[in-house]
Amino acid sequence: MVITAEDVHFSYPNNVEALKGVSLQIKDGEFVAIMGQNGAGKSTLVKHFNGLLKPSQGSVRVDGVETSKTSVAALARNVGFVFQNPDHQLFSETVEDEIAFALKNFGFEQEVIEKRITWALNLLSLTQYRKTSPFLLSGGERKRVALASVLAWDPQMLILDEPTIGQDHEQKEKLRQFIVQMQTQKKTVVTVTHDVEFVAECNPRVVLMKEGKIVADGPGKIILTNQQLLTESSIVLPQIAQIFTKLTSLGLPKDIIDIYEAKQAILQTKESKRR
Amino acid sequence: MSVFEGLRFRKVYSPIHSLDPRIKFIYVIVIFVIAIIFWQVIPLLILFFMQLPFVLLARVQKQWLRSLRGAAFLATFIFLLNILATYISSGFVLLAFDFERAFALTLRFVVLVESFSVFFLTTSPDHLGLALEETRVPYEFAFAFTTAVRFVPVLAEEAQTIMDAQKARGLELEKGSLLKRIRNYVPVLIPLIVSAIRRSLELAEAMESRAWGATKKRTNLYSLRLHRGDFALIAIIIGIIIVAAYVYIYFFASIPAITQFLQL
Amino acid sequence: MAIIEIKNLTYTYPGATKPSINDVSLKVEKGEFVLITGPSGCGKTTLCRCFNGLVPHFYQGELKGEISVAGLETLKHHTHEMARHVGLVFQNPENQLFALSIEKDVAFGLENLGVSQAEMRQKVDWALHQTGIYDIRERSPHEISGGQQQRVAIASVLAMQPEVIVLDEPTSFLDPLSAEKIFEVIYELNRKQGITVILVEHRLDLTAKYTDHLIVMDEGKIFFEGDPRDILNSEQTRLIGVGIPKATLLYQMLKKDGLNLNKTTPLASEELADQLLEALKKW
Repeated sequence: MVITAEDVHFSYPNNVEALKGVSLQIKDGEFVAIMGQNGAGKSTLVKHFNGLLKPSQGSVRVDGVETSKTSVAALARNVGFVFQNPDHQLFSETVEDEIAFALKNFGFEQEVIEKRITWALNLLSLTQYRKTSPFLLSGGERKRVALASVLAWDPQMLILDEPTIGQDHEQKEKLRQFIVQMQTQKKTVVTVTHDVEFVAECNPRVVLMKEGKIVADGPGKIILTNQQLLTESSIVLPQIAQIFTKLTSLGLPKDIIDIYEAKQAILQTKESKRR
Repeated sequence: MSVFEGLRFRKVYSPIHSLDPRIKFIYVIVIFVIAIIFWQVIPLLILFFMQLPFVLLARVQKQWLRSLRGAAFLATFIFLLNILATYISSGFVLLAFDFERAFALTLRFVVLVESFSVFFLTTSPDHLGLALEETRVPYEFAFAFTTAVRFVPVLAEEAQTIMDAQKARGLELEKGSLLKRIRNYVPVLIPLIVSAIRRSLELAEAMESRAWGATKKRTNLYSLRLHRGDFALIAIIIGIIIVAAYVYIYFFASIPAITQFLQL
Repeated sequence: MAIIEIKNLTYTYPGATKPSINDVSLKVEKGEFVLITGPSGCGKTTLCRCFNGLVPHFYQGELKGEISVAGLETLKHHTHEMARHVGLVFQNPENQLFALSIEKDVAFGLENLGVSQAEMRQKVDWALHQTGIYDIRERSPHEISGGQQQRVAIASVLAMQPEVIVLDEPTSFLDPLSAEKIFEVIYELNRKQGITVILVEHRLDLTAKYTDHLIVMDEGKIFFEGDPRDILNSEQTRLIGVGIPKATLLYQMLKKDGLNLNKTTPLASEELADQLLEALKKW
């Protein structure tokens, strides 16, 4: 699953130009975090990947197929999109029906649907809620049901819009593990987020957007330690990077966002000083 | 950021926008009544053109033209219906004057639409809400009005998001028979309703926390005071009433019809 | 004298089988900056609703025990009476603003209280200045960012000049930079105006440095209460699923590996950076 965006421009009906020439390629099995301030065009960009929006100029191709010539339903079969607020999609009487919704839309057979429901519930530890109404679940659980309802059709690519908003530490950690698991299955994951700590923990490829343009694209380690770049996009440095920018005078490397790497680097410096 | 940007109200400043909405409303009512009293083309034409300075001063020509265009269909309908009715009732004869009367009736409708549209185009919702509060309408009513204005665009945007979320799960709204298409909207409507209920609970909670209902004698941050422009408008209104009354009492029967001019 | 006193408070929502708050006792002194944290569903939000009487007046349900705030027993005083003493700021900024201009929203509480126009103007302007939104006071809520909306929400309770402000995860919809600005506003109010602050928050990395009274809740109970440096340093806190600041975690890891660091547990990145600079110089 390769997504190629070429010089994409997009204007909303009120003539607000949200994308001003975005070019980007996302390859099979990549994990990409799209970051930037509110209004930078992050959500607008990812809505082009499953055809919810079509470029006003330029092109977006999914596996070589122009999105402007394909329906959302056809694209969605391969590109799953989980929205920020689960309450914007839950409507069924039971969790089971909620998960079956998309599967029915895509024309899966009843037997397959049953299997997929069981599989998705298990994957997100929701099995005990199979017959429960999604409206009776807690916020974190509703978020997982929404995710399960998309995962169930096993799309090759997953788009997560602000998945960590309103989530506590443990829920974020579970989400991170889940993304790692997706990675081992060679799935492409794209997330839109402003949660720097979460991104620092996952260390994906980071695409930084500002005012409808991509201003930086590269490994998280490089981008999230570039103070000037982040400040220009109104993003704060991750905590570990904050510590290390203050320690450069001691000869410590600057590009560290991971806590274990941080520990290693500090201990090594200590050793080298001893000698 | 979305398709529904148009629903969001914006503050506009112009001599007409800053007029007291209550006075503006009285003006509209006066025009309304005069348009009903007179049925001749000439006074109605005068009423029609009298609105133009307001529209131009407020710089809402575009929106005003749009609202007139919106009324065009109904206006045509009124005209044709009148012609048809006269034609049948007069034993299938049509005089030039019959056209004039049908035109006058249509014009009356247009004047009504026009004056109301000027009022709504030049009165911002917060101003209107304030006017409602000041005119001893129960506060709950004024509050409901402003809250509705505040949240309609929010809900509209939410509806769009919900539609996107369900389309992303393979829902095709425009697919199938009419009945099927209506049913397609269930996955959109339920989240919309649930979320509106959730939202209203949160709103109620926030209102309670900010002393809602603490006293019956509620005060207001703003008070509407009449300014120079408002007095000018009051003078204009009185002038219109006097002229209209004078013409009605002394000259009503002798107002010439356009067809009379043409025959001269 | 304690401004908030809670004794053996237990509360169950109508129709719920389990209590959301279970035998909680708590004392908050005037002028304190209290930070409450804990995993989702631990009872933090419910506790917030107790402070101004939304629980039980708005939510009904069964309340046992004693709770008094600013000398008033919330059981006997309706929420609109409590509003003068306790201001509540909620999670979602969008659903707290109902007026069509910002200053009108800030005035909403005072209008309800029947304050005279001159006094209201003065208080509204003061609240707008305190939260740094005076310049945008005539805009509509659509035209401002989420961070600004949340400041409006803070200003709108501040205008009533309460002794206590309770904020329930006020930044969870905001990006870290806007969140930091909100915390600065709250901290200023606490320090300069002497307002007692109760902040419910997941992001300890941004907030732990403001407080010396941390409360960790889980399953409706208070599990830890006290100095954040002690609590966040203990192994058990991590088990509850509280997000320990990275600086604190790294400090623990380095200490375990035999690094000789200062005894004070760091709560923020700057603190640890300073400690490391100091320690590494000695090597």
